[in-house]
Amino acid sequence: MATTSNLFMLSLTVQPPSSTTQVILGQFSGTREQQLIIGSGSRLTLYRPDTHELKVKEVLSHDCFGIIRALSAFRLAGSNKDFVIIGSDSGRIAIIEYVPAENRFHRIHLETFGKSGVRRVIPGQYLAVDPKGRACMLASIEKNKLVYVLNRNTQAELTISSPLEAHKPQTLVFAMVGLDVGYENPIFAALEVDYGDSDTDPTGEAFRNVEKQLVYYELDLGLNHVVRKWADTVCRTANLLFQVPGGADGPSGVLVCGEEHISYHHSNQDVFRVPIPRRRGVTEDPERKRYITTGVMHRMRGAFFLLLQTEDGDLFKLTFEMVMGPDKKPTGRVARISIKYFDTIPVAVGLCVMKSGFLFAACENGNHLFYQFEKLGDEDEEEEFTSDDFPADYRAPYKPVYFNPRGPENIALCQTIDAMNPQIGCQVANLTDGDAPQIYSICGTGARSTFRTLKHGLDVLEIVESVLPSMPQAVWTTKTHRDEQFDAYIILSFANATLVLSIGENVEEVTETGFLASTNTIAVQLLGEDSLAQVHPRGIRHIRAGGEINEWHAPHHRTIVAATTNDQQVAVALSSGEIVYFEVDATGSLAEYEERREMSQTVLCLSLGPVPEGRVRSSFLAVGCQDNTVRILDLDPSRTLENRSVQGLTSQPHSLSIMSMVDSSSGGSSLYLHIGLHSGVYIRTVIDEATGDLIDTRTHFLGPHPVRLFRTSVKGQPTMLALTSRPWLAYSEPQTKALTLSPVNYHNIEWGWSFSSEVCPEGIVGIHGDYLRIFTIEDLNKNLSSESIPLSYTPRGFVKHPEYPLFYVVESDVNVLSVATRQKLISDSGVTNGDSTVLPPENFGYPRGRGHWASAIQVVDPVAQKAVLHSIELEENEAALCVAVTAFHDYGDEQFLIVGTGKDVVPVPRGATCGFIHVYRFEEDGRKIVFHHKTRVESPPKAMIPFQGRIAVGIERDIRIYDLGKRQLLRKAQAAPAVAHMVMSLATQGNRIIAADMKESVTYLVYKPQSNRLIPFADDVIPRWSTNITMIDYETTAGGDKFGNFWLLRCPEKASEQADEEGDGAILVERNYLHGTAHRVGLVAHFYTQDIPLSIQKTPLTAGGRDVLLWAGLQGSLGIMVPFVSREDANFFQDLEHHMRSTAPPLAGRDHLIYRSYYVPVKGVIDGDLCEQYLTLPREAKENIAGELDRDITEVERKVQEVRMRAAF
Amino acid sequence: MADKLRAQQQLEALQARYVGTGHADTTPFEWISNINRDSLASYVGHPAMLEYMAIGMGVPREKARLQFLEKMIQPVGKPPETQE
Repeated sequence: MATTSNLFMLSLTVQPPSSTTQVILGQFSGTREQQLIIGSGSRLTLYRPDTHELKVKEVLSHDCFGIIRALSAFRLAGSNKDFVIIGSDSGRIAIIEYVPAENRFHRIHLETFGKSGVRRVIPGQYLAVDPKGRACMLASIEKNKLVYVLNRNTQAELTISSPLEAHKPQTLVFAMVGLDVGYENPIFAALEVDYGDSDTDPTGEAFRNVEKQLVYYELDLGLNHVVRKWADTVCRTANLLFQVPGGADGPSGVLVCGEEHISYHHSNQDVFRVPIPRRRGVTEDPERKRYITTGVMHRMRGAFFLLLQTEDGDLFKLTFEMVMGPDKKPTGRVARISIKYFDTIPVAVGLCVMKSGFLFAACENGNHLFYQFEKLGDEDEEEEFTSDDFPADYRAPYKPVYFNPRGPENIALCQTIDAMNPQIGCQVANLTDGDAPQIYSICGTGARSTFRTLKHGLDVLEIVESVLPSMPQAVWTTKTHRDEQFDAYIILSFANATLVLSIGENVEEVTETGFLASTNTIAVQLLGEDSLAQVHPRGIRHIRAGGEINEWHAPHHRTIVAATTNDQQVAVALSSGEIVYFEVDATGSLAEYEERREMSQTVLCLSLGPVPEGRVRSSFLAVGCQDNTVRILDLDPSRTLENRSVQGLTSQPHSLSIMSMVDSSSGGSSLYLHIGLHSGVYIRTVIDEATGDLIDTRTHFLGPHPVRLFRTSVKGQPTMLALTSRPWLAYSEPQTKALTLSPVNYHNIEWGWSFSSEVCPEGIVGIHGDYLRIFTIEDLNKNLSSESIPLSYTPRGFVKHPEYPLFYVVESDVNVLSVATRQKLISDSGVTNGDSTVLPPENFGYPRGRGHWASAIQVVDPVAQKAVLHSIELEENEAALCVAVTAFHDYGDEQFLIVGTGKDVVPVPRGATCGFIHVYRFEEDGRKIVFHHKTRVESPPKAMIPFQGRIAVGIERDIRIYDLGKRQLLRKAQAAPAVAHMVMSLATQGNRIIAADMKESVTYLVYKPQSNRLIPFADDVIPRWSTNITMIDYETTAGGDKFGNFWLLRCPEKASEQADEEGDGAILVERNYLHGTAHRVGLVAHFYTQDIPLSIQKTPLTAGGRDVLLWAGLQGSLGIMVPFVSREDANFFQDLEHHMRSTAPPLAGRDHLIYRSYYVPVKGVIDGDLCEQYLTLPREAKENIAGELDRDITEVERKVQEVRMRAAF
Repeated sequence: MADKLRAQQQLEALQARYVGTGHADTTPFEWISNINRDSLASYVGHPAMLEYMAIGMGVPREKARLQFLEKMIQPVGKPPETQE
């Protein structure tokens, strides 16, 4: 168990998975607005469409700590709110609702029906709901089906019956859907195969005659049982079912989709069948048959249609025509179905059509897409194929039909939603010389592959960039009347002048404003209702609305060094250390408080809090002094300018600001003092509103320059802009409300102020050199900004140039025609140029051909040009699979690019004609690669790594060490076999090589130079289907496996020492144990991540941060493992995790401990994501847990938040 | 004797409920078929694993899913001849 581990790590998600399992549409808020819920990995994410901005926006993302396999929305009769049923690996049915007021999911029902885990006979794989929300059916792949009756009690609450069984042994389910039968007894349709006979027939006859059946299960609501009502044999290739509207809207029944056909079936209707049209084109195989992979049915008033997508991405519109009765009204009988080409979009796993005219496509690979319908393809010239021309019997022959794919005509793209899925590889490097490193990753498949650069930071949208005549020092904006919505003036302060610009249709200079132009300005403020104050070194200028000007002059020989204002109060600090305080009185004039406060120190900065609603003044004035302190002075009339509290600092304060922010512990917002220090540290501390005490201080280092603070707001939320070596934004994370600091990906502005105009209601105006810039921050939900560079094919591996900021990506795609083949087909066909327009492969995919490979090696520059600089297409059906850069002993410093390829590779069952190892030379500082030579090997290499001036290559079970020869690589040493099945990944340090096997975990090998031998000396006892490994230190390996586990293995110290002893290592060979090596590695940590880790790296992620383990998962997730330094912290988090498990059990009903211990008991890793859910708990639950931990809420929250802030983002 | 009968009944109930529960006369074919069906169901049931394999095979997830399900009908070939 976990307590015995001597190493503890906290697992945190940096980026959640983006691979969609299912997407559903519904009115989850109980309003008329349709929203989306996407299930990806273990997360449910709610999106709402913004019909004005033509975008979908994330509202809530919740980690269920379970595998989400099926989702379905349903609505009880008479209700206007959709509930969600989750089919997961918990062996339970979970029904949840979205609570818009609290922005969270609430579980209504959780009923156990079976064992947990993804099992063959435990329901959870398929989920179908009656369209009227009266019942649902959960099914497993084999045998079991459960029906739950959903009802409502007298309080209009949802009730759920005990399950009714409809099991049928030895039956496989391929698809399931709820039939639309109006208000008759609910019926569920399933696509089934009974394998009972074929299992007992040795002649194979029964197997050949296996039939696929469409079966109707009827739930008799009166008798409360389920009967198998009707069955019909359908084509063996059938894979999907779609609901056809029934009742008053349509004929009811289902569409069965199979290989190249779609047929309509219903118990009281004839069968109708249409083919799936094939693509026409010179590069298309005219014999290739397509499948429907996804689709959506959409009802409109009195009509409906289906959009069905093939594996190529082509969308087809399928419509029904009914038999007309004598009164020219449609009868209930179907006359024909017709299909026609609609448009092409990337292959999706789920499509949603919204009533407001949008199409959401959750794409299988890469970014999700949000489209708007322009028309419904009703009156175009696309050829329509009807069921009249095709036999209804699936065995009857038919003539295939063709269509011409074309660009989009019916839908227009509105938004792409970033998704890194699938993520094949990931590396962290600092190539831009910034404070913090960037994450580089290769994502996507086929023509939608991308090379992505991820940077910690918020994206901005620049609105204005304009050059000013000279360098301003500061900028403000102000309104001229309290009730105005937008700012009227921009005031710029130069070294000895002030310039006022008016904001209107044009921004232009104005003079008659009353501002003193001949001096620089320290502060500008709208006072009272409609007067303005300008604070300059010699005094305060109070400009009344009528144009009347009142001046307050600073005493002789003294100047104003710091000032702070709010709309009722002004405080200035004089060079003598005096503080002068003013208030706006009832007549609207500025009145000085009779006493001045003498500070013993030079005052550096001041801040007044905002005036609370309904009060006349803010009661706190913060004063930053040269002696590294900040003092809070009271402004209450009885004790004006008296000391309230003081706080010592590590350095001189440079900037202060009192501002309230949304806060997780109080549930509302609390008042904070924000301090920017000379040393570049930002401090946020709570001001106790009753006593003025400073409590709960949080500090964060932002950069080497003094920190300047400015109040801004983003999306209505108060935020703090902190300017140092680069701009940062301090804000409350929208969901957890935790204090978050993110850099703003923008120029290094020196001064910033909030800006509001009609065009840009919530912007920031900033000064950068002699530029005036106005920008907005779009989204606080996402603090990783990404840039992508398109690649040609599915990336398989990448490597960075050892010196230059360049990456080399090897890419290959199976069953895709190579460029040469495509060109040959086009030129052979003899068509003129006009007819052979190549459609963009990002949407249409590449032309496919069985057994063909398209492959390329591309040079990517992610920093300067942000583009692919050079690419080499491989020929002769070779596929590039792995890549490495190495220098060879005998060739001095010259680096070579080594690429492992396979010829005629067959993925399943694994096979290839042979493999090659290509060697490329770098030219033009690595911007170009030139083929040097290639070496034939009997099987494709899967892993390569530089090893002591040579290259170690994993080929099948062997590890070979090659040196560079004149005409080919020369084998110098080998371990044959090194592992049990196939080398998937290699890691090395010194004389040690660690090989990860496809099925049998890792093997530690040592290279003995004396005998030129590679000797395995330690291996593992658990079969781990490794994907990738990395060495953490000389003894320890971190790795991931195909089942979604992350593990750390360590070689026993003694074995490690023994392996490195002088000699030829004979002793290691002799001491083999039980057909394995001499020693066993020990498990240090184990954690089920759910996503498949495909690359792991030990690296710091923040400026000056400690090393963490960053793992990148296939589904697009990025996670980190933060090692604990002190035992005390580990214990704290372990306790917190324990309490969280019982207080806030996972939404879908999976037991958290069992989930994280899916394959192997969790060890040495604490789930930080669960601990972070503490922040979103209701106050009472927080108090309970904090009480159990003997701490108070703020302390617990601070600990939870600080780990993330220190280690990552 | 009653105990033995009871144990037998319990075993039968278990076998009916949990597909693949073995008995004294389980043949290698049954055993291997069962394991293969379990594996295939697991490939389909774990979204990440299905995606991993679909990318490896170069097909959309739906086609990979269909292939695995079809394979479940007879995962290891024809059953052996039985000697009556």
